[in-house]
Amino acid sequence: MITFENVTKVYQSPTAEVKALDQVDLHIEKGEIYGVIGFSGAGKSSLIRCVNLLERPTSGKVIVNSQDLLALSPKELRKAKSDIGMIFQHFNLLNSKTVFTNVAMPLLLAKKPKDEIKQRVQELLDFVGLADKADSYPDQLSGGQKQRVGIARALATQPSILLCDEATSALDPETTNAILQLLKKINEQYDITILIITHEMSVIREICDKVAVIDHGKVVEAGTVFDVFSQPQTKVARNFVKTVMHDDIPDSIYQLLETQDEANRIYRIVFVGESAGAPLLSQIAKHYPVEINVLFGSITELQGTPFGNLIVQFKGEDKEIQRVIMHINQQKVAVKEVFEHVS
Amino acid sequence: MLVEWPQIVEALWETLIMVSFSLLFSVVIGLPLGILLVITRKGHLLENTFVFNVLNGIVNIFRSVPFIILMVAVIPFTRLVVGTSIGTAAAIVPMVLYAGPYIARLIENSLLEVDPGVMEAAQAMGATPRQIITKFLIPEALSSLLLGLTIATIGLVGASAMAGAVGGGGLGDLAITFGYQRFDTIVLLITVGILILMVQGLQSAGNILSKKIRRR
Ligand SMILES: Nc1ncnc2c1ncn2[C@@H]1O[C@H](COP(=O)(O)OP(=O)(O)OP(=O)(O)O)[C@@H](O)[C@H]1O
Ligand SMILES: [Mg+2]
Repeated sequence: MITFENVTKVYQSPTAEVKALDQVDLHIEKGEIYGVIGFSGAGKSSLIRCVNLLERPTSGKVIVNSQDLLALSPKELRKAKSDIGMIFQHFNLLNSKTVFTNVAMPLLLAKKPKDEIKQRVQELLDFVGLADKADSYPDQLSGGQKQRVGIARALATQPSILLCDEATSALDPETTNAILQLLKKINEQYDITILIITHEMSVIREICDKVAVIDHGKVVEAGTVFDVFSQPQTKVARNFVKTVMHDDIPDSIYQLLETQDEANRIYRIVFVGESAGAPLLSQIAKHYPVEINVLFGSITELQGTPFGNLIVQFKGEDKEIQRVIMHINQQKVAVKEVFEHVS
Repeated sequence: MLVEWPQIVEALWETLIMVSFSLLFSVVIGLPLGILLVITRKGHLLENTFVFNVLNGIVNIFRSVPFIILMVAVIPFTRLVVGTSIGTAAAIVPMVLYAGPYIARLIENSLLEVDPGVMEAAQAMGATPRQIITKFLIPEALSSLLLGLTIATIGLVGASAMAGAVGGGGLGDLAITFGYQRFDTIVLLITVGILILMVQGLQSAGNILSKKIRRR
């Protein structure tokens, strides 16, 4: 659906040269909700703006719907854009126009017949839950309502792709959630491919199927949300995962351990899917002469799959502990990660 | 002393003619000029450094000449256009040359205030440059454009009085010939009063209209 081939974007200014995208390869399938996450300045906006050529890549190819966008004439490109809707962090609505006219704008530009526009706009406003606001002006709406208008406008021409650049970053958590659910509904109901740019991992966790992590203009990691969350490969990805998974030992527990003044053997056990329900610890307690001290535990749901994270301290003879670790390793789906704490 | 009301009415009429016609022509010149000054600048819709620099330079030249000097300097041009250099019609020529570039600047300022995000949304929708100007830029700037035009119109009222003083007719002419040369203080006061009322009225009308457009 959307393919980036070796895309590089360099911003040239008299004083400096900024490489915002560095040989980016990316592939987004039809019907996916694809998230791109990165810290501020990583190149996220540059990336999404290359999908509808608001920004032209310095080199590389952008292929949307099997069309090489860079090869299109201005006229063909305008046509291609009607198949790509876009919503923005600051909504970018026309303040001088009513909600109705804002939503109708893409259709007015395409010179559609009046009654067709009227019907379509009504339909869209119904869909986003703003049927009663048609005659309001944007400054009479809340942030969430404004974004709904933005979404309705983006869907007016029945695009097959929706681009969201930090679409929820200006909204409170509750409104964010409502907007994310709306995006999910759009994806499911109209089979629209959605590309979401965000710096919030919770947005990715909430609705994305796949995620790419971008850092200094490079895609450093990409895969299913489940894979990236359960086994992040890079430091950047791990940092992002941390922000939503809360799988660190709280400081207070570290302190507690330090005061105990003994060799600590602490392990992280990650449960994935079905194994999250397995009574692993009670089995260990029953079969091995080791004491188990649960320091920290959490369970999160990722795309409908439970994902558990347990930090435990084993006390006992070294030999026994080794056997316990072997036992854990034998549980096919359970993943283990040892980490040492020097006290 | 007797106040000659018919003369005052005629002078008022001449002033209104001068101001409204020169406003009309100034907008015809200033609007496209203002739009060009915006869209040809760096990073904008139709970036063109050469066109921008030329237009910007021309506007600056006209803006830097005081009206009274401009009026005299363009007399040959005025003769060429209206066949004479005195009278109401002749006054309109320098007034347009004065207000046109001024309006271009005011329009430029208003258009630059439009949120770049709105233009971005327009581009993402696949709007043509023409559509971006007529359906996004101008409507979004309209309220501020009207305030700018109000200021320009008031400027033209002032210019018309000055033009009158050098033979253009209108209230300025009246004030000079009666008030100054014939020491008719009452006529002088009346013309000043009319000018004050005109400016007040224009400003209020502009404010109300601009507000109405912003918050229909
Ligand atoms: N028009 C521009 N001219 C020059 N440099 C730019 C321009 N746009 C972006 N940059 C630079 O390119 C880099 C990437 O910017 P980009 O906006 O893509 O980052 P981002 O990931 O979207 O950041 P944020 O989360 O802050 O929005 C930054 O260093 C930025 O300063
Ligand atoms: Mg950004």
